[in-house]
Amino acid sequence: MTQSLALDAYADFVGAATIEEIRLLGERLRGRRVQHINSTAVGGGVAEILNRLVPLLREAGVDTHWDVIRGGEDFFAVTKRLHNALHGEPVTFTAHDWEVFAAATEDNLRSLDLCDDIVFVHDPQPVQLVKARAPRSHWLWRCHIDVSAPAAGSWEFLHPWVERYEAAVFSAPQFAQQLEIDQALIAPSIDPLADKNKELNPAYVESVVAGLGIDPTRPLITQVSRFDRLKDPVGVIDAYRLVRRYNDCQLLLVGGSATDDPEGAQVLAECRDRSSGDPDVHVVELPPASNLEINAIQRASTVIVQKSLREGFGLTVSEALWKGKPVIAGAVGGIPLQVSHKYSGILTHTVEGTAYWIKQLLNEPEFARRLGANGREHVRWNFLLTRHLRDYMLLFLSRDYPGQSLISLG
Amino acid sequence: MTHVASALFEFWTRLTLTKLTGRRAADLAGLLEHLRVVPLSVVFHHTHHFLVQHQHLNPEPPNDFAYWVTNVLQESTLGERLAAIDTVQFAHLRDLRARLVSVIESYLDQTHELRVAPAGEEFHFMDAVSFTFPTRHRASTLAEFAEQLKMVGAASIGFHLFEARLRVESDENDFSRWFDEQLGEHELAEAIRRLDPYTITTEGLRQRLLGLIGRRLEAEHAQ
Repeated sequence: MTQSLALDAYADFVGAATIEEIRLLGERLRGRRVQHINSTAVGGGVAEILNRLVPLLREAGVDTHWDVIRGGEDFFAVTKRLHNALHGEPVTFTAHDWEVFAAATEDNLRSLDLCDDIVFVHDPQPVQLVKARAPRSHWLWRCHIDVSAPAAGSWEFLHPWVERYEAAVFSAPQFAQQLEIDQALIAPSIDPLADKNKELNPAYVESVVAGLGIDPTRPLITQVSRFDRLKDPVGVIDAYRLVRRYNDCQLLLVGGSATDDPEGAQVLAECRDRSSGDPDVHVVELPPASNLEINAIQRASTVIVQKSLREGFGLTVSEALWKGKPVIAGAVGGIPLQVSHKYSGILTHTVEGTAYWIKQLLNEPEFARRLGANGREHVRWNFLLTRHLRDYMLLFLSRDYPGQSLISLG
Repeated sequence: MTHVASALFEFWTRLTLTKLTGRRAADLAGLLEHLRVVPLSVVFHHTHHFLVQHQHLNPEPPNDFAYWVTNVLQESTLGERLAAIDTVQFAHLRDLRARLVSVIESYLDQTHELRVAPAGEEFHFMDAVSFTFPTRHRASTLAEFAEQLKMVGAASIGFHLFEARLRVESDENDFSRWFDEQLGEHELAEAIRRLDPYTITTEGLRQRLLGLIGRRLEAEHAQ
């Protein structure tokens, strides 16, 4: 029997037993058809994860298809505003907006060949396709965003459509809404084989940080994030200053370019202003897709901080933990799912608390090492792509056992 | 002489899909209110998922209730009491639930002020849908059992040691039963019964089991 090596390549990280379990689930899904539908084939986290998961589902034996809806600029302008409103930004919608949305749905229904088995719809843009749901088909809605505190008008629009699905899937319990339908919790994941996470040659790691003017022989505190107030980079500088009174260390704030984002440019300027005159603070903008460089920076760091004030799932935390680094992170969004306080990392709420824990970790390298090692194991079993794949397969299987909590597939 | 079982030991595994219940609590009164009425599968999830989810963490975090009460509400005395509940003593989940409820009730009887979790750190009750199915690993002798035990996933060990006992309400773990009934290995069966799977990581349990079986095999060879 010929088998692609893709799934087996993950056995190096999660063991042969996990891969065997996935293949056994695949055997039980043989003959089932799954159709993923989202709004973009490239760019963004949803497309990134589908690009990895769809081939793996196929390899595991699930007949999987992936379709992307189409729409004009007017449709995507509405969906962008809907996205912002679902995140709580006040937006006014008109009847025309919903007409544009409905017209795009009708256009897509004419061109899409909808599956009559399992249809997995991602995010709000294709949500209305459910109106064409075939009898006895299983429609699942995957919500990748936090819809817990939406602005008026947005959830009211979405809610009746979501209730027409068989089940909804959220990334964290606090992102969900009250719904009459089944709700599953499936966290996102990182790919250990991707450039962002794969093992790197130590010489390359050293060359990247040396190129940024960082001394590889001294402790390095790093935050990788956009220059966004909700990531509190200024608070990280303040914490670093409290630490510097007692410990020798360097600080690196690294994020994407802020040139197209007025608020980002302002936050970046504040960071530079706050740290001016301190040669050990490095505020760095990297171009998009600098995945290898970010990977190297994380590997070169002594402590990684993610001092968010508000967060989505915050997968950068898993990326940092996967490198075996001790992580100090804000207890917001999906971060508490990734970090158990004092077991697999540190959760903090304030600048002072962040500084206190940075000092602890710099002064107690053995404790820091153990937190990092635990964090890597926690990610290995809970936030790698293989767990994500397995959860999707269980979700598909669960459709045949409505209302049951103990299902024997023997 | 090597005992060969008339019935093979078939290693099963258990994989879990987590479901949201929409129930959340911000303080102990809310925790208690929901804990009294949620399905037993919810109680199982919050007292057991960490065993597989944190299978390699050392030390291993306690059950979800103890973790939340200690780290979010900062009620360390109650957190300690909840962590110390001897889960292995409970043959039925309803009894485990009753114990959790009574520990929280007694604490509330002596406490007048309820601490409230910071926004976003509420306790979310979750349910577990468990899928059980056979793996390809089978054994008919003690030596084969040890070989297969090295290869199965952590979830398989958890399934045979505590899931079978609590969720299927069998009064015995699967390993001890097979050793007793099929191999006549009564001492080994008893030694496994005495393991507390709630204070050892699953990988730690695998090593303990392999150690116990290894000593028994050595003794057999020495005879």
